[in-house]
Amino acid sequence: MNPHFIVHEPKDSVGVVVVDQIGAGEEVSGWVMETDETISMTATEVVPLGHKLALKDISVGETIFKYGQDIGKAVGDIRQGGHVHVQNVKTKRW
Amino acid sequence: MAKEFSKTFMGYRRENGRVGVRNHVVILPVDDISNAAAEAVGRNVFGTLAIPHSYGRLQFGADLELFFRTIIGTGKNPNVAAVVVIGIEPGWTQKVVDGIAATGKPVEGFSIEGKGDIETIAKASWKAKEFMHWASEIQREECGLEDLWISVKCGESDTTSGLASNPTVGNLMDKLEPLGVPLCFGETSELTGAEQVCAERAATPEVKQKFLDTWNSYNDFILENKTNDLSESQPTKGNIAGGLTTIEEKAFGNFQKIGKNPKFVDVLEPAEEPSKGSGLYFMDTSSAAAECVTLQAAAGFTVHLFPTGQGNIIGNPIEPVIKLTANPKTARTMSEHIDLDVSGILRRDLNLDSAGDQLIDITLRTANGRLTAAEVLGHREFVLTKLYRSA
Repeated sequence: MNPHFIVHEPKDSVGVVVVDQIGAGEEVSGWVMETDETISMTATEVVPLGHKLALKDISVGETIFKYGQDIGKAVGDIRQGGHVHVQNVKTKRW
Repeated sequence: MAKEFSKTFMGYRRENGRVGVRNHVVILPVDDISNAAAEAVGRNVFGTLAIPHSYGRLQFGADLELFFRTIIGTGKNPNVAAVVVIGIEPGWTQKVVDGIAATGKPVEGFSIEGKGDIETIAKASWKAKEFMHWASEIQREECGLEDLWISVKCGESDTTSGLASNPTVGNLMDKLEPLGVPLCFGETSELTGAEQVCAERAATPEVKQKFLDTWNSYNDFILENKTNDLSESQPTKGNIAGGLTTIEEKAFGNFQKIGKNPKFVDVLEPAEEPSKGSGLYFMDTSSAAAECVTLQAAAGFTVHLFPTGQGNIIGNPIEPVIKLTANPKTARTMSEHIDLDVSGILRRDLNLDSAGDQLIDITLRTANGRLTAAEVLGHREFVLTKLYRSA
């Protein structure tokens, strides 16, 4: 089955949506490329193609991991299945 | 389990031992005002390749050094069999000829002052014809993969680049680096956000320091010249619309091209030839596609891998540029530009290991003579990097 989202590394806290859009309440599955595993969850917000979905509940101040790397910190609480983007994540750089 | 692939390819072994995958006879102008004569010779003698450009007059200092390194390096590249050099005056013309002659390949210079275009074109055309006959009889021979120098750079990137096409290039690097294939990545600016992690991929503490010095020098330049908070420009509004959130995320997407394992053995100046044997090299380059590839070709790299998201169509006159994309829309709507479609990764029809094998396959076919999409479509972007204005 085609995945709704793709995850690079097991350590990652986000996956990237690879279908046109996923809807709030939709049951979605993802492919963890590094381990070739499938994971499933319920989306809690609309997330468009190319955007990120939270794989777990994330609290303010927590580091966001993608590619197994630190890509910034949460500036708002994010629920599992929520949309992770500029409204709740910022770089630590500036 | 990785597929077995050929450990050899059919290339042109040159006088200095380097191996080319193309057999160009190049007509190389030294300066902008010699383009007309060079292009006339290119039209006179079928099969030759004139490479016009915009500079070569009144440059000075480091900018002039980079100019000569790029022009001479282009002539020295093993994809070039022989070179006719045409300049306005004899001094700089001879400097370019001498630089290229160090490889042992046939090269001859012609200067225009005191003769004019028509006489120069006639003499240069005779020499170009002689070189063309000579080059046309050079045969390809079996060469090891350590003779295949591969450079990489991505462009018009989107989220599919970081997800799939850049990691496909990284998978190729993970497989080819242990076999002694020389590899090169650049794009100093695009590494911003991943520079500390990139620095850790240096092979030695000295190389790490050299990388950080190079990156800091670039970053100081940006900070000196910026007019506002860079969060407005990195990532760009287009990147953000596409789903990229932070500069780190963008940089790590780019960084996937060097795979998981290779460590870089040196930091090269723009267009500088590698001197530490096989392995991965970082080159200090602009992130503009044609500038970057021109510099990598001038350093001697013979095949280029170019992952694209939205569809950058760049080529290079002497270094074949292989395009791959994981964006299904780009693969569909711009298919004539794409050599390898890896969009199956997004559908889980293809994994990175298989995509990497497919990229190795198309790279070896290209090395053996298959023309790239960019070559067939006539893309010959040759863009010199200018460090500052001329005198």
